[in-house]
Amino acid sequence: MNAFTNGSPTALPARDQPVADLPGGDRGPGRRRGWKRAAVGLAVAAPLILGGCNFYPSYGASKGATTQGQDTFKLYSGMMTTGIIVGGFVGILILFTIVRYRRRSDAMPRQFHESVPIEILYTGIPIVIVAILFVFTVITENKVDATVPVNATVTATGVPVQHVKVTAFQWGWRFDYPDHNVSVSGEVTNGPGGHGPQMVLPVGETVQITLVSNDVIHGFYVRDFNFSRYALPGVVNFFDLDIVRAGTYDGQCTQICGLYHSEMLFSVRAVSPSQYQTWLAGEVASGHTLQRQPLPATSTPPPYDRVTPSNALAAPSTKKGSL
Amino acid sequence: MTTTIESPERIEPEEPGGPDAHGPGGHGPDGPGHDAEHAPHHGPTGILNWLTSTDHKVIGKSYMITSLVLFFISGAMALVMRSQLADPTSSLVNFQTYNELFTMHGSLMLYLFAGPFAFGGLANYIVPLQVGAPDMAFPRLNALSYWLYLGGSSVMTLSFLVAGGAASFGWVAYAPLSNSINSPGAGTDMWLMSLGLTGFSAIFTGVNLVATIFYLRAPGLTMFRVPIFSWNMLVTGILILIAFPVLFGAVVMLFCDRHFGTHIFSVQGGGVPVLWQHLFWFFGHPEVYILALPYFGMVTDIFPVFSRKPLFGYRGMVFATLSIAALSTGVWAHHMFTTGVVLLPFFSLLSYLIAVPTGIKFFNWIGTMWGGQLSFQTPMLFSIGFLFAFLMGGVTGVLLASPPVDFMTHDTYFVVAHFHQVLIGTTVFAGFAGFYFWYPKMFGRMLSERLGKLHFWLLFIGFWVTFMPQYLVGLKGMPRRIADYLPTNGWTGLNQISTVGAFIIGFSFLFFLANLVQAWRKPVPAGDNPWDGGALEWFTSSPPPHHNFTHLPPIRSERPTWDYNHPEHRKVEHGDGPTTPDEEKETVGVPS
Repeated sequence: MNAFTNGSPTALPARDQPVADLPGGDRGPGRRRGWKRAAVGLAVAAPLILGGCNFYPSYGASKGATTQGQDTFKLYSGMMTTGIIVGGFVGILILFTIVRYRRRSDAMPRQFHESVPIEILYTGIPIVIVAILFVFTVITENKVDATVPVNATVTATGVPVQHVKVTAFQWGWRFDYPDHNVSVSGEVTNGPGGHGPQMVLPVGETVQITLVSNDVIHGFYVRDFNFSRYALPGVVNFFDLDIVRAGTYDGQCTQICGLYHSEMLFSVRAVSPSQYQTWLAGEVASGHTLQRQPLPATSTPPPYDRVTPSNALAAPSTKKGSL
Repeated sequence: MTTTIESPERIEPEEPGGPDAHGPGGHGPDGPGHDAEHAPHHGPTGILNWLTSTDHKVIGKSYMITSLVLFFISGAMALVMRSQLADPTSSLVNFQTYNELFTMHGSLMLYLFAGPFAFGGLANYIVPLQVGAPDMAFPRLNALSYWLYLGGSSVMTLSFLVAGGAASFGWVAYAPLSNSINSPGAGTDMWLMSLGLTGFSAIFTGVNLVATIFYLRAPGLTMFRVPIFSWNMLVTGILILIAFPVLFGAVVMLFCDRHFGTHIFSVQGGGVPVLWQHLFWFFGHPEVYILALPYFGMVTDIFPVFSRKPLFGYRGMVFATLSIAALSTGVWAHHMFTTGVVLLPFFSLLSYLIAVPTGIKFFNWIGTMWGGQLSFQTPMLFSIGFLFAFLMGGVTGVLLASPPVDFMTHDTYFVVAHFHQVLIGTTVFAGFAGFYFWYPKMFGRMLSERLGKLHFWLLFIGFWVTFMPQYLVGLKGMPRRIADYLPTNGWTGLNQISTVGAFIIGFSFLFFLANLVQAWRKPVPAGDNPWDGGALEWFTSSPPPHHNFTHLPPIRSERPTWDYNHPEHRKVEHGDGPTTPDEEKETVGVPS
């Protein structure tokens, strides 16, 4: 009689069943109250979980070796918890629906659509949830993106500031310490342990990274810093790192930059300020100075400055046309 | 209800229905009789028919076959890449080949499969049927679209053969990596040419879809009775017209940089490399919804049919689609959070807001099933698979709308897992739901339920096994687009699980192919309306005659065929109370 001759036993339902005594129809209102309760509970729970709770499950991420990375991690963890609650709620609702309303008879279900209260509810609650997430995002973003003024030697609270200029090129990294006349560079997988060149930084001081590219776009990324930033030709990017934990952290280029992109590795070794000074002196003694490390030859002219709000006062740009 | 016609000519794809095409009961009391007026289509047959046809059904099938071939080629590339990554120091392919593979995998999937399969293939076939039109508004433009698409696809696929190999800078082609210094080969130029050709193909299809839906609707089919799939195709068509010209402009600029000495994207001549990203993503983010909206439309048409209920919130769906489309033009820079040169809060807020209409869609799909009588044939299974896949991809997408979280995950496998779950959720789960759903209409034959279910379950298992480990390996710091890594990175085990999953996905498609072969060799006639569908396409024969309809039912709601076949169940109540008078006017009173 019908098309399901292809191995499926499901028969097409008769269409002449009365509508009145159908499952689903008269159950609607009660179920809907349950929906509402769950949804309201969710809206109350989300900010509590994001804001009031001190417990941040890692969900596979690094908890962060910098203060910025820790802030980012907390945001990630809170959002992940919210996502699991909201996604779990929707997923269970789908599962419940497909089990509860699987076809058990040929009866015609009640033909209904639209319900203004429910539609307002499932529009309003997501707006509230994303608004809350957005507020926490902006708070974290302002912390992560804050930088000390260019050329500052101490922060407002008296913490010493180290300046490191990172130049990305095909395919390697160069780390210049202009205040100490030190320069380290390396290509692909050379350097300690085959992990590329190593940038040594002090723990407990503020490090301002000036990030530039010599050729194409590269991505500066250190997993344990929970941070990445493009090295863009023609743009100078600044960001601060306040490292709180000593250790060696792997970094890698994340933006496809040509043939050896896979092997454009580097590492960051975070040491105490006194070890850092010792290391700097050792590098100078070994001749790893700015004069001995010319940039790899390309025709790219020096990148022009970009002014961000936080450093605009310290270094007014004279260049027009920057982004 | 539906009656299967056993006569052999009913299952010949190009054969119009004979006078007895609609058996007694097929369309109710006045079903037969009108068909006698239908004249068979005169014209060339065989290959010549295919070459010269302007019939939207022939073009739609050509589109679908071409895009599926490209889908399989591109999928095979993914399996090579997954094999490479199963071993940290593998040398299955070299760096250059790997870079070409991921570039072409992305380009084929996004430019040549996901979009054309939906708006060139299924939409081309189904939209005129759903709006009760004899063909697309501009049939010859439609044919031009297909031939441009075939040409563009060939140019891109054949670029593997030229000196220097195919393009190798990722499907986004960021300047200055894509300039003539860093990518000197002809493969890059062929890539750009292909984007130009297929871009115009998409624009023409967009024009055609918009014109067809606005101007060729059957009498009685008001805009708020157009099925959601066609609604979404209308919005997709508009988005195509917004986005693709920008891509074409960017492609021309890049071509000029490469060959005519301009410096639009190069620092040396005072250009701005990041401008490429702005132009590309101004296309690229609407493109994400150009890829997603048709597939949302497919499942939105499928859920009511297998729930035996009307769509829960028809108007809510339409407004959700429109707001997604509007928001999608203002979120492009969320792909550029880590450039350090975009206004973060603005793009973050708009990206977050897209979660709201997407959530509305989810609750509408659930509301449609709620209180229904669900049956789980293959199209329904794929649609439910879509719900879970897209839910996971959507939740992680909300995380990525937050700039700090984006800083920590950008360009890692976390993002790779996210967009594969979104795109496979839509283009593969929902796309094959649509394919299984409309295949009987297109070919007049049923696909095997047994093979279809095997396809679904293997795909569903493979999908989670492949992509869940990728979130974790991304959080462990694995960047995307790398061909090897260190054994000490600790990424090996997760990558191997992911590779196993990818092969399960690949294996599942053998059952799909087997299904097609079986349907070809042992046809099972489908009848006009095998699923008891409600939209107009189910009113005509399978496959439809040359100009689609010999007669139309009265159109008083968004499911005229349902009203016709179930006159006693035409009336639709409000979910929250008694039927409003307005509602009565809308759905009651079909003359018979």
